[in-house]
Amino acid sequence: MQPGPIRDADLQAWVDDRLEPERRAVVEAWLAEQPERAAALARQRRANERLRAAYAHVLREPVPDRLTQARPRGAVSPGLRRIAAAVALLLVGGVAGWVVRDHVATRPTLESELVRPAAFAHTVYLPEVRHPVEVTADQEQHLVAWLSKRLGSPLRAPSLAASGWQLVGGRLLPAGPGPAAQFMYEERGGNRLTLFIRHNPGSREATAFRFAEEGEFSVFYWVDGPLAYALTGKMSREALLPIAELVYAGLNP
Amino acid sequence: MTPVRGLIVEQIPRLRRYARALTGDQSRADDLVQDCLERALGRTRLWKPGTNIRAWLFTIMHNLFVNDLRRNKGGLRSLDDATLAQQESADGDGLAAMELRDIDRALAQLTPEHREVLLLVAVEQLTYQEAADALGIPVGTVMSRLARGRARLAEVLEDGPGRGLRRVK
Repeated sequence: MQPGPIRDADLQAWVDDRLEPERRAVVEAWLAEQPERAAALARQRRANERLRAAYAHVLREPVPDRLTQARPRGAVSPGLRRIAAAVALLLVGGVAGWVVRDHVATRPTLESELVRPAAFAHTVYLPEVRHPVEVTADQEQHLVAWLSKRLGSPLRAPSLAASGWQLVGGRLLPAGPGPAAQFMYEERGGNRLTLFIRHNPGSREATAFRFAEEGEFSVFYWVDGPLAYALTGKMSREALLPIAELVYAGLNP
Repeated sequence: MTPVRGLIVEQIPRLRRYARALTGDQSRADDLVQDCLERALGRTRLWKPGTNIRAWLFTIMHNLFVNDLRRNKGGLRSLDDATLAQQESADGDGLAAMELRDIDRALAQLTPEHREVLLLVAVEQLTYQEAADALGIPVGTVMSRLARGRARLAEVLEDGPGRGLRRVK
């Protein structure tokens, strides 16, 4: 217990400099007789100031687009909502419900149109030793021009050299009835990453980064204007995220 | 854009600062902020106009943070070598980067509960009552966590960075 009328809350408020002048005078008079306590509180005040100063730079940083463009997410997950909708329709409509359920279940999603094809393509070409790509990185300009022409949108093969990944090359792939591009990157240790690019399959202009796990692979995927991207690698989410950010930055210089 | 969306977007820099200090890692912090924004934007009806929107956003972030902690048992705040190396190569002058590293390490030694209270009050300048509301705890608990968190932080900082480093490894 504190001696006299001074409480712990007063001392905390003194450290935060939130006391009214009169109260502050009382507290400081009390502290003047408690040098050890006063020294400890003064140290805490300095720590406070260091805390504030250390993180002040974050306020001045540009806000990443994925935050300014964040989209609302309901209280119920989209998957649950879809199931709930299907169940409701079933109850209402009998046969009609079954038809709708089939429709709901097979409606194309980013997962079915982007993540899965990207993960399949990754799995197929990952172990390839002699022909991992159709066009190698030493013809990068030609590679990018060719794939851009086939997809009908200007593509980029972002440089990931800063995080130790070198472009191996790329290839043309099918994505449903249309074309897709795959760029492959390799690390010194032999690990491989692929960036899969196809036409935006949905109606959304842009999405934030999303994450999926396909078997042992991690996938970050997003939509940006006319194109949709999926970055796949055999690593943790934590390891893949900074690379996905580098890819994004490289695509939007 | 709804007016509420504008109010929420305005708060992003501060949410990022809080999340950055809380998690010790900018990309994890931005994941947390993104989750928080998506959830807030999906539940704008739950915010009462006229009340402090920051406190409401901090409440949402607190809930997400706690869930994350539960899911990966403190994994949110592991200052591994990779993170440290990344921080070491961070832009800006060396002194500021070193100071940030020291502070990050010192905060890593606090319990998440103490860290949250301390950051909301000392950095985000919430009143004690606002911090209590944001975290869903009584003001008395805010004060006692604040006192303990602060004492611990000052102790770790005065000890110098050496001890923090050994603990991390």
